Amino acid sequence: MSGVTNQGGVQAEFDGLLGRFRLKVSLTIPPKGITALVGPSGAGKTSLLRAIAGLTRLPGRVLMDGAVWQEGRRFVPVHKRALGMVFQESSLLNHLSVKDNLLFGYRRSTEPKTMGLDEIVPLLGLEPLIGRSTDNLSGGERQRVALGRALLSQPRLLLMDEPLSSLDAESRAEILPFLEALHRTLSIPVLYVSHDAEEVARLADHVVTLNAGQIVGTLQRATPDPLSPLSADQIRDLARQALEAGIKPNPAAR
Amino acid sequence: MADVIWTTLKLASLTTLLLLVLATPLAWWLARQKVWWKEIIAALAALPIVLPPTVLGFYLLLLLAPSSPMMELLRPFGIQSLAFTFPGLLIGSMVYSLPFAVQPIRNGFEAMGDRPMEVAATLRATPLNAFFTVAVPQARRGFLTAAVLVFAHTVGEFGVVLMIGGGIPGQTEVISVKLYQLVESLQFGEAHRLAAGLLVFSFVVLLTMFLTERRARKTAP
Amino acid sequence: MKPVGVLARLSGLIAVVCALNVAPAAAATVQIAVASNFMEPAKEIAAAFTAKTGHQTNLIFGPSGQIYVQITHGAQFEVFLSADKERPEQAEKDGFSVNGTRFTYAVGRLVLYSTRPGFVDANGKVLARADFAHLAIADPAIAPYGLAAVESLGKLGLYDRLKPKIVQGSSIAQTFQFVQTGAAEVGFVALSQVINRPDGSRWIVPATLHTPIDQQAVLLKTGANNPAAKAFMTFLKSQTARAIIRRYGYETP
Repeated sequence: MSGVTNQGGVQAEFDGLLGRFRLKVSLTIPPKGITALVGPSGAGKTSLLRAIAGLTRLPGRVLMDGAVWQEGRRFVPVHKRALGMVFQESSLLNHLSVKDNLLFGYRRSTEPKTMGLDEIVPLLGLEPLIGRSTDNLSGGERQRVALGRALLSQPRLLLMDEPLSSLDAESRAEILPFLEALHRTLSIPVLYVSHDAEEVARLADHVVTLNAGQIVGTLQRATPDPLSPLSADQIRDLARQALEAGIKPNPAAR
Repeated sequence: MADVIWTTLKLASLTTLLLLVLATPLAWWLARQKVWWKEIIAALAALPIVLPPTVLGFYLLLLLAPSSPMMELLRPFGIQSLAFTFPGLLIGSMVYSLPFAVQPIRNGFEAMGDRPMEVAATLRATPLNAFFTVAVPQARRGFLTAAVLVFAHTVGEFGVVLMIGGGIPGQTEVISVKLYQLVESLQFGEAHRLAAGLLVFSFVVLLTMFLTERRARKTAP
Repeated sequence: MKPVGVLARLSGLIAVVCALNVAPAAAATVQIAVASNFMEPAKEIAAAFTAKTGHQTNLIFGPSGQIYVQITHGAQFEVFLSADKERPEQAEKDGFSVNGTRFTYAVGRLVLYSTRPGFVDANGKVLARADFAHLAIADPAIAPYGLAAVESLGKLGLYDRLKPKIVQGSSIAQTFQFVQTGAAEVGFVALSQVINRPDGSRWIVPATLHTPIDQQAVLLKTGANNPAAKAFMTFLKSQTARAIIRRYGYETP
């Protein structure tokens, strides 16, 4: 798939309070591949994601591909950041049709248009949904539309906040192949928050473990290679890290 | 009689349209801001509900009379007094019905929650663009409720009109006061006819608004 | 407590309650409906009446038209003090009052008034000059002072010329408010409203320019057998009452 490849990835550092919760991290997301952000609930994964997006404002620093998104007093507003976000609850705009949802960011983006409907629709299996309203879509369909919508806004970073955790097992099984297909074709970095070990095993190139607002472990490949899944050793390491951090891996994982 | 009806309709329609526009920024601010004194502003905006209309009308009369500070500001434009004029009545009606516009629109914005605006931001929409293309459509039920309430409230407005209207034919003579006059001068037949006409018309307008709202809810955009 | 004791206490209690409820034959209560513009004098007259006769009064105030509608729909008023004579005449015609009890208790005087000193001259020439934006009058369809104002303007030959400047208050009280707040520079109000105010400027309109503003009272059928009601009607014609009425800026016939 054609696309502009990123050289720099994301550097993010935060040290701030959200209520009684303190987030203190220094994180590098490689310019290619899916980085999974795992940890027990309450660890601060969503907070970190929102802080990188700029939806929540925390003292810190965010550099995207060398460009400053946040530094010192400088803060680039969310709508000026070339990012795409998929929320846990899809959050489709229900006053618009599926097509208008998909094109919402596309119509407003000032980045060069490298991804269009022609590519995204078949990639995510959205043909039967074009022309429909957002009523009566299944959970899996909604998330695929949300994903397509985020991608069509020409992002240079894709953020995904537990996109599958509010789906039932069947929808999850239906959508994972699409995510894997996406994984193979995307050339932008993805930060994928999850508490499910199977998703991580199937999708992640890199893993960052978060607990109580701090990073407790990272697992990185030298070069991301979606065609070769994490090895058994790596999975074991991952599982051990996860147990130490208090999350239970899915027993059905490879 | 036709004059009176026309003046009433003109007043109700203009008050509704103007309030929908002017109350929206305030309603948006109240729905989104998190400063501690926001509810003080909200309570001030709701005061017209609590004041008896004749009291409200009395203070409006003072405000619109030639000697008021507000009129001092308008004098360079050649305006001496707004009492007993249609524009003055329009201002009075807008103050009287302000809470009926602010509250439902605020509720509409609050019911939407934060997520739609966040989604819009992640999809490159500037805050202003997001307001018009996401917030307003999402809150349309609130706007519709506000329109219905303000229109009905203005048609039924009596105490305020009594105080600042002066009963000028073609300008400030409205149905509610006319009805009162007819009853007071014992012309019951005519009063019954006017009241019946008013009821039928208002009922039709309200029913139309409610049906429109129901249809808007069901139709896929 | 022994049963005999209980009975004794109970009878004692009943006796006291009965004694409290039995009023002396002379002290009855009369329900009086009064036109709003006569509120202050009415209160004083009622107080004087109670002091003299021991009868109690219950005063209800409102626009004369509204009071009349209530009367025709069963309101239990016994005496009606109207702001005009049309309503009492109507009451007689419709059979709600006792024949022969209708009389004029006060005569209103029309005054052209402005809060600006020196604005209204002693002859009302300010009307001819017409250098004001708004002239307030009471609604002639509802209030006799309004009708009187229109008649006076007609007699002076100024009605057509001044019509565009006229603003109507729904009652004489409201008309006065228009003038008092300055919303209308000048207006036709009741003498009773300005008699105790030294400020502004005024012209007492000659009574020849308009139909007399006769305020009439009538005894309603509800009060036909109430000695207090009848006593009140009589008191209203007494010198004491007439003196009060005149003090408030009305004339007595």
